[in-house]
This record gives sequence, C-alpha cells and structure tokens, in this order.
Amino acid sequence: MTTSVVLEKVEKRYGVFDVIHGIDLQIDPGEFAVFVGPSGCGKSTLLRMIAGLEEISGGALMMDGERMNEVVSSERGIAMVFQSYALYPHMSVYKNLAFGLETAGYKKADIEPRVQQAARVLQIEPLLQRKPKALSGGQRQRVAIGRAIVREPKLFLFDEPLSNLDAELRVQMRVEIARLHRQLGNTMIYVTHDQVEAMTMADKIVVLNAGRIEQVGRPLDLYNHPVNRFVAGFIGSPKMNFLEGMVEATNGETTTIRVCGASVTLPRGLRHVETDMPVTLGIRPEHLDREESSGIKLADLQIDLVENLGDETLLYARSPDGQPINMSLAGQQVIFNGSTIPAHFDVAHCHVFGPDGKAL
Amino acid sequence: MGNKMTGRPAVAIAAAGPPHHPPQVPQHRQRKPQPTSWFGRTWQGSGPGYMFLLPWFIGFFGLTLGPAIVSFYLSFTDFDLLRSPNWVGMANYVRIATSDPKFAASMGVTLFFVLFSVPLKLAFALGVAVVLNRGIRGLPVYRAVFYLPSLLGTSVAIAVLWRQLFASDGLVNSILAEFGIQGPSWISHPSYSIWTLIILSIWQFGSPMIIFLAGLRQIPTDMYEAASLDGASKLRQFIKITLPLLTPVIFFNAVVQTIDAFKAFTPAFIISGGTGGPINSTLFYTLYLYQEAFGFFRMGYASALAWVLVVIIALFTAFSFLTARFWVHYDD
Repeated sequence: MTTSVVLEKVEKRYGVFDVIHGIDLQIDPGEFAVFVGPSGCGKSTLLRMIAGLEEISGGALMMDGERMNEVVSSERGIAMVFQSYALYPHMSVYKNLAFGLETAGYKKADIEPRVQQAARVLQIEPLLQRKPKALSGGQRQRVAIGRAIVREPKLFLFDEPLSNLDAELRVQMRVEIARLHRQLGNTMIYVTHDQVEAMTMADKIVVLNAGRIEQVGRPLDLYNHPVNRFVAGFIGSPKMNFLEGMVEATNGETTTIRVCGASVTLPRGLRHVETDMPVTLGIRPEHLDREESSGIKLADLQIDLVENLGDETLLYARSPDGQPINMSLAGQQVIFNGSTIPAHFDVAHCHVFGPDGKAL
Repeated sequence: MGNKMTGRPAVAIAAAGPPHHPPQVPQHRQRKPQPTSWFGRTWQGSGPGYMFLLPWFIGFFGLTLGPAIVSFYLSFTDFDLLRSPNWVGMANYVRIATSDPKFAASMGVTLFFVLFSVPLKLAFALGVAVVLNRGIRGLPVYRAVFYLPSLLGTSVAIAVLWRQLFASDGLVNSILAEFGIQGPSWISHPSYSIWTLIILSIWQFGSPMIIFLAGLRQIPTDMYEAASLDGASKLRQFIKITLPLLTPVIFFNAVVQTIDAFKAFTPAFIISGGTGGPINSTLFYTLYLYQEAFGFFRMGYASALAWVLVVIIALFTAFSFLTARFWVHYDD
C-alpha cells in the first residue's frame, strides 16, 4: 500500500515569521524521499506538517490526490518514527507495538499476529516483554520502527531517527531501514541533517535551506550537477573546495579563469559570463590529484596537515594565494606536513558558480 | 618489624640508603603540625561546616528530637504539668486500646477526613494543573493565585473566614437562597460540619497542584504526538499516558497529603471553637490530643496519643510504599 504526496505552495508561519516559503514538491508512490538541510532549515517542520502535527498556514498537502490540510493526523494513513523514539516507558515492548491497534479498536486476536509479524521483521521478538528502559538505543529504535510498521500505514515519516545512535549503530540501522523500504515498498519520507544518510538511502533528495527547496533530485544528480553553491557544499563529504577567481577571457568554446594565482582554461563556454566577472571554482577533494595525467594543473599546494585513513589520505592544504584546499587521495600516500605538491583536476568534474551562487 | 622481601630488619635498609635531607621550606609556608587527637583532626577538617550547621542542630536536638524523646518517656507516665511524672508502664496505651471511646471517635473522624479530603484534593489539584499545562497566557499569575490558599489555608484567619462563609447566615447560604435553596447550618449540623473542613482542605490544593504541574511538564510532548498519530483521544491520552507517567508524582503527593491530613488541627479547632463539636463530628485526632494535653493537663496520656498517631502515620506510609511497586512507574 503506497501513496503519493504532493505539496503545492505549502507555507508555514508562526505569527509574522515565515519559516516555510511556498514549497512545491512531488513524492511518487513507493519512493524514499529524504529531506536534508542544516539545522533550522525547516525540514522537520515540513515533515510535521505532512504528519498533521503542525498546521499548514498556506498551500495544499495532497495525498493520493486528496487534500489533507484539514484531515486529522490519525486519519492520514501515516506512521511516524520520532528522533527521541517516543516509546511509552511504562508499557512493555509488546504494549508499545499494540497501542495504536488497541486505540483503533482491533481485537486482541487480530493484534497479536501483527505485533509478532513486526517483531519478526525487526528481529525484536525476544524483547517483547521488556520495558523500554531495559533496551539499548538500537533496540529502542527498532521498537519505534516496529510501532510504525504494525499500523500498516500508507506513508512512513522518519524524523532524524538515527541521530541518537552511535556511529556504528547508525550505519547498521541505515542499512536496515533501506532494507525495510525494499521489503515493504511503502512511500517513506526521511528527515536528516546528515548528507551521508541522504546519499545512501534516498531515491530522491530534497535539499532545504532557510525554508526553501534548493534542489530536488536523485543522489548522484545532486552530487554531479548541483544547481548552486549551497547544494554543492552540502552534498558530498569531504566538502567541495570553493576557490575564488576571476574570468579572464571567455568565448563560446573555452573560459579562462584566474584562480590560485594561475590561469586555468576550461574547455567549455559558460553562459552569462563576461570578462572580469568574479566567479567561484568548485572542485571536490576527491577530484583533485597530484598526478599530471589526472587533468590540468591547478596550483602547487602547501600541505598543512595529512590524515591517513587507510583507504584514503586526506590533505589539508593552502593555495599560493592563501585559499584553503582539501584533497582526498586514494590509498595510503607518503606525504609530509609542510611539503608542497602539485594539484591537478579533471575539468569534467569542476563546477563554476556566479556571484549569486548559482551554477554557471 | 622485619622486611618481608629481604628478611633483613627495615631499620638496616633505611640506614643503608643515602642520607636524606628534606628541602628547606620557608618559615611562613610550613604547614601547621597535625593535631593528634580525633577531635582535633575532625575539627580542623569539618569544624567550620559544623559551625554553620549549629543553628540547625540546636533546632533539631532542642525542638524536635529532644521533645520527641521526652514525650516518648512521658507516654509511660501520668505527668500532669504540676507534679513530677510517675511511671505507669503501658497503662496509657492500654486505656487507648480498651476504654477510651473518644479515641475511637476522633480516629474515625480523622480517617473519614483523610479518606475524602486527600483523594478529592489531589483530583482537584491534578485537574487544575492539567488545565494550566495547556500553555495558557499569564500562567505565572494563575499559578500564584491558585497557590495562595495553600499559604493562607492553615492560618487562623482563613479558618475564621471559613466559619463565616458556612455560618447559617453566611455567604454560602445566601447564594443558595438566591436559587431558592434553604441551606443547612453547615457548621452546627453534625452531618455537614466535617464537609466544611474537607472543602477547606480541597481549597488548599496549591501545593500538590504546583508539583503536578512540574510533573506534567516532564512528560515529553512527542509521546502525546505519537499517541495522537495513533488516533488516541485526549481522554485516552490522559488515562494511558499522562496518569501512568505521573504516578511517581501522584504517589509523592498522596503520601505528603495523607500525613498532612492526619495532622490537621487549626481549621477544626477554630471552626468548632476547640470543642470538636457538634457531637464530636469535627473532633480530629490532633484536637482530641490537644484537649487531653492542654484542657485536662493529662500530658502523659496525650503523649501516648501522639505516639499512637506516629505509629498510624508510619503504618499508612509503609503500606503506601509497599503498594507503590504495583502502580508507580519509574522511568529509570
């Protein structure tokens, strides 16, 4: 059972403060959509508006073509997993899972198999008689998800469900939620501030900033073709390098940019660009290399710090004109702090942003 | 004592080592010699702390523990304030248990008062706390206004006011008369007089209300949100979430209010004029104890009555704690 979710010019106001500014969005049936953005960008508010926990100040929320603005949350066919798990501490795991069904008036005989089924899916059968205080963080999270599953909702909402877990458990639960989505096939909306979660789990990422959508798309589309500097900086880890420069020359075929004290010619023409225009060159750390064969030369970099992670080596460096640049090299490299190495980049993987932050 | 490692005398080892010269410490920085006696060491460590505690110690030993011990001794005597106390053994307690109709009457009145005033007061306090917890404007003002009766409630002035309100020609009957109802003589009628005291007790709901309010604030909002997504009505949320999560606070309030109710004295004393009338209907246990002590100067007997009350309150409290594990939910 899946559902489509459409937001039409959805707004949220608290008094005179606008926090969500007319959002348009379509989430297709069965899709795993992730709202991602920095703290305070409005992603949780938007999710709570879909859940019916926050009133919608303007615009329309449509589910399967029906307007839901005025429908109470319990009748929207949704289930939500909270950041704090929101388990009832005085009830056993079984009672927590059964609460929604009991409230809906299901008979005991009908509740039991559904609770058992959810417990089986989440591998929490041995925990059913325990109270939440006797569970670990990961187990509590499973119970919270189980409580959502038993109701067999059309739409699952997750509000930063993994942020209270340690790094190892977070990776484990991430995989489990993705597996659960494949298994159940329901539409899911997932809120996180962690772009790694967004990249690894989403069918569709919605990048939010200050109550507006910056970009919507598949994870790799956002990674490869960010529409502006915000998305480019937010998606990808380590973060993209932004190097301030100036257009030296441009024609329909090539664009020469003065950056890091050198002239770099990109073999492509850029729209709306003129000579002496300030631009920002965006290059991801993993797209920089010291080998000449990897692309055109950017600059000789002064290495401030080397981090050997085993599978990759992170370099924190500085360009000749003092701009910070990070590099990520594959494997284990022998590079010393304070040394100088050349940096080359593949022009196919570089981005240019105009003074307004939009991709050119 | 020999050295276990080498078998040689410890003194010999010490003597074999290089000569040891302790570093010279300036005269003014040299530490004072440590006192050798237990008292001296304790005083140097904690003396100032005990000095600060002294007023409390004087109060505790002089006004609480001392009189309590003395009253326990007096409960086995026939002390009457005028003559030296004579040891009478268990006689006072035997009389309480076997041949004092007023003990049974006053205990009955007190139990009736506890049984009705405590649950009604707690229910009323919880109701007001729930209303105030809805984030209404001017909450601090309402909180203060509702708390005020608790501060004034046990005072003589309020008891006098209560007496006026519930008098035959008092305000309550005047209001009832507006609706054509002939109100009874609340205070002078044995069936109603205890209820005026119960209502007065309920009116002093401020203290448990503040504690309930604090307890309600501790319940995370997202539990209610999760329940509302499950379709739980406000009433179901209250019964299934609020009440169970509030049980530690309910338990605390119930114990404190029960002890307070057992000890209630001033309202009954003022409203009945110290008699416990009409027909012993407001003869609270403490009022009876007061009559015995300061009316008839039977200090020994009154002391025994006081200790019986202590035991009864202790039993009630112990019973509450024993049952708590069946209905009080602690998160951790």
